[in-house]
Amino acid sequence: MKTIFKLILAIILLISFTQAEAAEKLNGAGATFPYPVYSAWAFDYNKVTGVQLNYQSIGSGGGQRQISDRTVDFGASDDPLKPEKLQTDKLLQFPAVIGGVVPVGNLEGVTPGQLKLDSDTLCKIFLGEIKSWNDDMVRKINPGLKLPQGEITVVYRSDGSGTTAIFTNYLAETCPAWKEKVGAGKAVKFPVGIGGKGNEGVANYVKRTANSIGYVEFAYAKQNKLDYTQLKNKAGNYVAPGFESFENAAETGDFDAKKDFYLWLTNAPGKNSWPIAGATFILLAKEKTDSNKNVVKFFDWAFKNGDNKAKELIYVPLPQSLEDKVRAYWKANGLQ
Amino acid sequence: MLPGFLKGSMTREQFRKAEGFTALVLSTLAALLGLFWLVFILGDVLVHGIKALNLSLFVNDPVPPGVDGGGLRNAFVGQLIITICATLIGVPIGVLGGTFLAEYARGTKTARLISILADIMVSVPSIVIGTFIYAILVRPIGHFNGWAGAIALAIIMVPVVLRTTENMLSLVPWTLREAAFALGAPYYKVITQVVYRGAATGILTGILLSIARVAGETAPLLFTSFNNSFFSLNMNQPISSLTVTIFQYAMGPYDNWHEQAWAAAFVITIFILILTITGRLIIRWRYR
Amino acid sequence: MIRTTKKNPVDMIFSVVTGAASFTVIIFIVAILYELVHQSGPAIERFGIWKFLSSTDWNPVTESFGALTNIYGTVLTTFLSLLMAIPVAIGIAVFVTEISPNVMKGPIGIAIELLAAIPSIIYGMWGLFTLSPIMSTYIEPFLKNIFAGVPVVGILFQGTPMGIDILTASIILSIMIIPFTASISRDSFNLTPAVVKESAYALGATKWEVVRDVVIPYSKLGVFGGIVLSLGRALGETMAVAFVLGNNHRITTSLFDAAATITVTLANEFAEADTDIYLSSLFYLALVLFVMSFITLAAAKFFLLKAERKYSR
Repeated sequence: MKTIFKLILAIILLISFTQAEAAEKLNGAGATFPYPVYSAWAFDYNKVTGVQLNYQSIGSGGGQRQISDRTVDFGASDDPLKPEKLQTDKLLQFPAVIGGVVPVGNLEGVTPGQLKLDSDTLCKIFLGEIKSWNDDMVRKINPGLKLPQGEITVVYRSDGSGTTAIFTNYLAETCPAWKEKVGAGKAVKFPVGIGGKGNEGVANYVKRTANSIGYVEFAYAKQNKLDYTQLKNKAGNYVAPGFESFENAAETGDFDAKKDFYLWLTNAPGKNSWPIAGATFILLAKEKTDSNKNVVKFFDWAFKNGDNKAKELIYVPLPQSLEDKVRAYWKANGLQ
Repeated sequence: MLPGFLKGSMTREQFRKAEGFTALVLSTLAALLGLFWLVFILGDVLVHGIKALNLSLFVNDPVPPGVDGGGLRNAFVGQLIITICATLIGVPIGVLGGTFLAEYARGTKTARLISILADIMVSVPSIVIGTFIYAILVRPIGHFNGWAGAIALAIIMVPVVLRTTENMLSLVPWTLREAAFALGAPYYKVITQVVYRGAATGILTGILLSIARVAGETAPLLFTSFNNSFFSLNMNQPISSLTVTIFQYAMGPYDNWHEQAWAAAFVITIFILILTITGRLIIRWRYR
Repeated sequence: MIRTTKKNPVDMIFSVVTGAASFTVIIFIVAILYELVHQSGPAIERFGIWKFLSSTDWNPVTESFGALTNIYGTVLTTFLSLLMAIPVAIGIAVFVTEISPNVMKGPIGIAIELLAAIPSIIYGMWGLFTLSPIMSTYIEPFLKNIFAGVPVVGILFQGTPMGIDILTASIILSIMIIPFTASISRDSFNLTPAVVKESAYALGATKWEVVRDVVIPYSKLGVFGGIVLSLGRALGETMAVAFVLGNNHRITTSLFDAAATITVTLANEFAEADTDIYLSSLFYLALVLFVMSFITLAAAKFFLLKAERKYSR
């Protein structure tokens, strides 16, 4: 018995000593929307520099909560905070990457990108007013497409989510009934359906449930071969989600460093813009200057070296002009 | 047991026999149903788990989602460290506390109250303990950390170990202590050198079973030790655990995540079942 | 209190140390209660007690929080799972104590113990990957065909069978609590004095008559305590239901609808609640759960102690 205890004690001591020379660590948490690209960047960054950037995708609400509680080195959120809110919580905010939220379905006989929807139909489905894929409204905009009979199961996010914020922001903007009955935010009261945890959870439930519809960041739809839809944008054109339509939406945005880059890209004008695009943001605690510098070093590296990885996962890297603005913002706040 | 109208069509003897037979069949079916679930669940974990097991799982760390390969080395090691630390904190407190109840406070109202409370604590929702630790050890310290997870598990462990220790010490015959007292030994010496010896196997079993109990806990770790996608031994930082990883991976959409979740489930189930069976065998062998 | 004749200083220290260790149990309970009350302070102030417990609104956008949907989910899944688990568990206990040949007793006993040892996350994961598809493709459509048209009962079987719902979650929960109920019932049954049983057999009673007229009346208090204990366990179970409940903050009547329990809401939303009042409301939920399960477990303990006293007499 005693020898066992001595052995365990020795192991623990050994562990605590090895810690002294362990790798530099950064902890981040938040949005699930950019998780595929952040973890891919962190994986490469670790190989190049040895720094371990641990990013946990717990949802944008979680990112905001954990950074304002100062339990992580940086938070991530797709739901930009207003400058006043940043002021009171003593936070800094800058965009890291741009992406698109896409409605995804699980429809037998329909391939990804085939189904078309407009904001009205999408809104009615999520309100529970359209109950079947065979509904006249859906059929009218999809002539010739063979739609399944079954009842629709709506899958939404159960956690505080920036993806939900972007998605509901779009619905509230384009559909008055949605604005009145549900509203926009990170966690709204969905009238029908089941809730999955994170983009991962929604993708998983959609994959497992026949005739379901949910909404996820495009990378999740792509990686899991879910039936994403085309959407009618503000200009009245049906566009498919993809790098170009996201980029077009991004180009319409005018990010302003004075407002800490607070901006929505939903329902963007432009002929080929994807209507539910959004930037995802990084939140830093003002007083944590040391770790902030390291976080900024990571994103500076990602801006320089991460574009290909981002494009591979169908995220839009920030345009050069915006990157410059972000770098200026870092300098102005003494982080670089 | 049988509907009343049957009584009319049978003699009393026939009815009683038929009733007895029905009860026999139903309870046998119940037992078979219990067996069925066990075989179904364990079989499923074994089949999927073994299929997904490979060396890479134990020697590599996770890769970004959507990329194939990678492993769960961080989670295996993290789980081990958290469990060991929880054991090192929880077991001494539990054993000492149980000693107090069975020895110094034997038969008192205080001892009775504490053992009743401990019995209740054993079944208190573990997620509540997670929220409690978040409030006292994560938010004030400023980051998620492995210690918080270990302490949350230790809190679950203490009442389990305390109660088994108390029971096992009570089984040691009082005459044994009297014999030691007669030799002039002080009480602490009697406890450490006589009573503990007599109850050692029982206490050890209790410890094994309490480790089995906490090793499978997920809820208390969610907001305490959190998760870490890198290999880390640092208990002051977020640290990965198998159970939280299973939760994340099984809830996620990626097929290779699902496979790894099955493999992790397989490993943790086998570990816990071995502990449980060992514990039971010791009891059977010692206290027959 | 037992005292040795000579007061030894080391003995004093040892008794104080062990005493302190045993008091940690009380400290934990008091500290948990205090901290939960403290953290939920803002929510208690804002929503009060009755209003919080009776409001079905769980809306982070308007920052209006009520616990009723969560309590409803918790109580409903617990109730359904007990409904399914109790007959099976008592059947197992009867089988093991009275009916089975001795050869079978060991294996069944071990099987039950193993079933109890499997971690809850394994149940949850198995539920999502294996049980849920079976439910949505075979069992639920079958139930719907039979019952959906039936008046009154039909309400329970409306909607799309998707396998991620109250019914699936309750079944998993019931499989989880069968072993607890079964082993406590078995222990209670075993306490029936052999003499009493043998005299009943001698009078020509069948096995079932002995169980019904001798064993069950003799041990009902213990069995009841076991059931209440399982109830307490089921109330606080998180992982077994988190995978398949579907996180729905609405009160629904169909078993094919998603729901949310207090535990699942905590697991999903606790780390991500963004505003202070949101987090505080979640602590409030945890407090409600703690009080609910504490009272249930205390009641279980009360019945079990009473049973114990009765048998020891």
